[in-house]
Amino acid sequence: MSVAGVAASHSMTGTRPRHSAIVRVTHWIVVLSVVGLMVSGIGILISHPRLYWGETGYVGADSLIDVPIPFVIGPSVWNRPIHFFFAWILTFAGLAYIADGFIARHFRNDLVPGKADLRWTRIRGVIQDHLRWRSTGTSTAGTYNVVQRLTYLAVVFALFPAIFWTGLAMSFGVTSVFPFMAVALGGHQSARTLHFVFFALVLLFAAVHILMICLAGFVANVRAMITGSVSQVRNVR
Amino acid sequence: MSNFFTRRKLITTGLSVATGASGVGAAAWLASRHGLIPPDHGGMLGIGETLTYSTQRLLTSKHSLAREFERSDISKVAPVNGPHPTDENYRKLLANDFRSWRLPIEGLVGRPASLSLEDLKRLPSESHIILHACEEGWSYIAEWTGVRLASVLDLVETRAEARYVVFEPFPNPRQTTGVVRILGGSIDMADALHPQTLLAYSMNGETLPADHGAPVRLRLGRHLGYKNTKYLSRIMVTDKIDFRGRGTWYGGI
Repeated sequence: MSVAGVAASHSMTGTRPRHSAIVRVTHWIVVLSVVGLMVSGIGILISHPRLYWGETGYVGADSLIDVPIPFVIGPSVWNRPIHFFFAWILTFAGLAYIADGFIARHFRNDLVPGKADLRWTRIRGVIQDHLRWRSTGTSTAGTYNVVQRLTYLAVVFALFPAIFWTGLAMSFGVTSVFPFMAVALGGHQSARTLHFVFFALVLLFAAVHILMICLAGFVANVRAMITGSVSQVRNVR
Repeated sequence: MSNFFTRRKLITTGLSVATGASGVGAAAWLASRHGLIPPDHGGMLGIGETLTYSTQRLLTSKHSLAREFERSDISKVAPVNGPHPTDENYRKLLANDFRSWRLPIEGLVGRPASLSLEDLKRLPSESHIILHACEEGWSYIAEWTGVRLASVLDLVETRAEARYVVFEPFPNPRQTTGVVRILGGSIDMADALHPQTLLAYSMNGETLPADHGAPVRLRLGRHLGYKNTKYLSRIMVTDKIDFRGRGTWYGGI
């Protein structure tokens, strides 16, 4: 069935939009909270733009990464409550999305790749086609290719949990109950450093995600994520 | 669209809103009763603060201890966020090794007391090698020796309605970063009675250096650096505190 045909049949029967309401709502809440976390996180980082490994780190100690910006003392104080506010929103939105993903079988139906797709030649094919700026021809409207599926699953079930872990590992209240959360990472400063590394990966994902949406038709894809309507969505490259 | 407001939808929506509202109300009442609401619960950001504080109060107990380290882990350098006070009062006390310094413990206590440094040193002492982490991001490990705050509060017979302990430092306008000034030093009874909460007079086996808070500073196992009030001049036990300022009151993070 053609893209237009799929869209038409959806709008006629009113069933199964491109993205379910819960996916759409949680998507934008997550976008909002990630932006809030990024801005407040930078506000905290600039108070001490050095990253270390192990338990301790201070000016004069060996550092791992020196972010080339001056020390700005003060903003960390009022950015921390903002960071936690958005962290809680992200937590609730993320849990709602994951619960819905299991209950509504969004993960099983739309994201877990089929056995045939998991072959390395298939994955390499999708990547090569993308690098040559060519439509894969394998992806059909409304379904994700194997690289998209694996990426979304990794972001949801590995990257965001890793950010939560490394963030919580910096909390003395949390590590007093679960000391291994800091010990397993190599210490308090390692947790802090990894928190930034994983956030850098979130930024990388977001950059590629937005680039792909622009290539596949920015307005149509954003509209699909707001209204659920697919009528204008072109074939996702 | 004509059947958007069906009777069934109105009833279910009404019922869920009523259930949700009464659920939130009941949760707030229970949380307040069990000391799960922090002083900085107000405003939009107060929602996050309340969730963090209440989650940690439910998760932790006096048996959950901050990680402790070995002597060999002690950092060579222990940075401070500002030098000690230089007003005349503090300078005089420092010059005579705080022999004339007294620490009044007042408020909701049965027997208010004013303890000298010697009085504190006569009480049972203990040492903890713990991580000190500033909310800015840096951290070091040091050994702190002192008397448990719980022992001192026992001595002055804290009354049952006590909810917070407030720590007043000597004024220090030289602390330009102002973190301690802004946040104000107070903790709840759960932290006040925690076994790792010390009134510390010694650091890494030596007399507490002036820049680290001489003569006595608060040392908490499970909090960021800014909660460990330096240069103590008075301790006040109270049932309510008026939190003003920015940042988070709870430093267990």
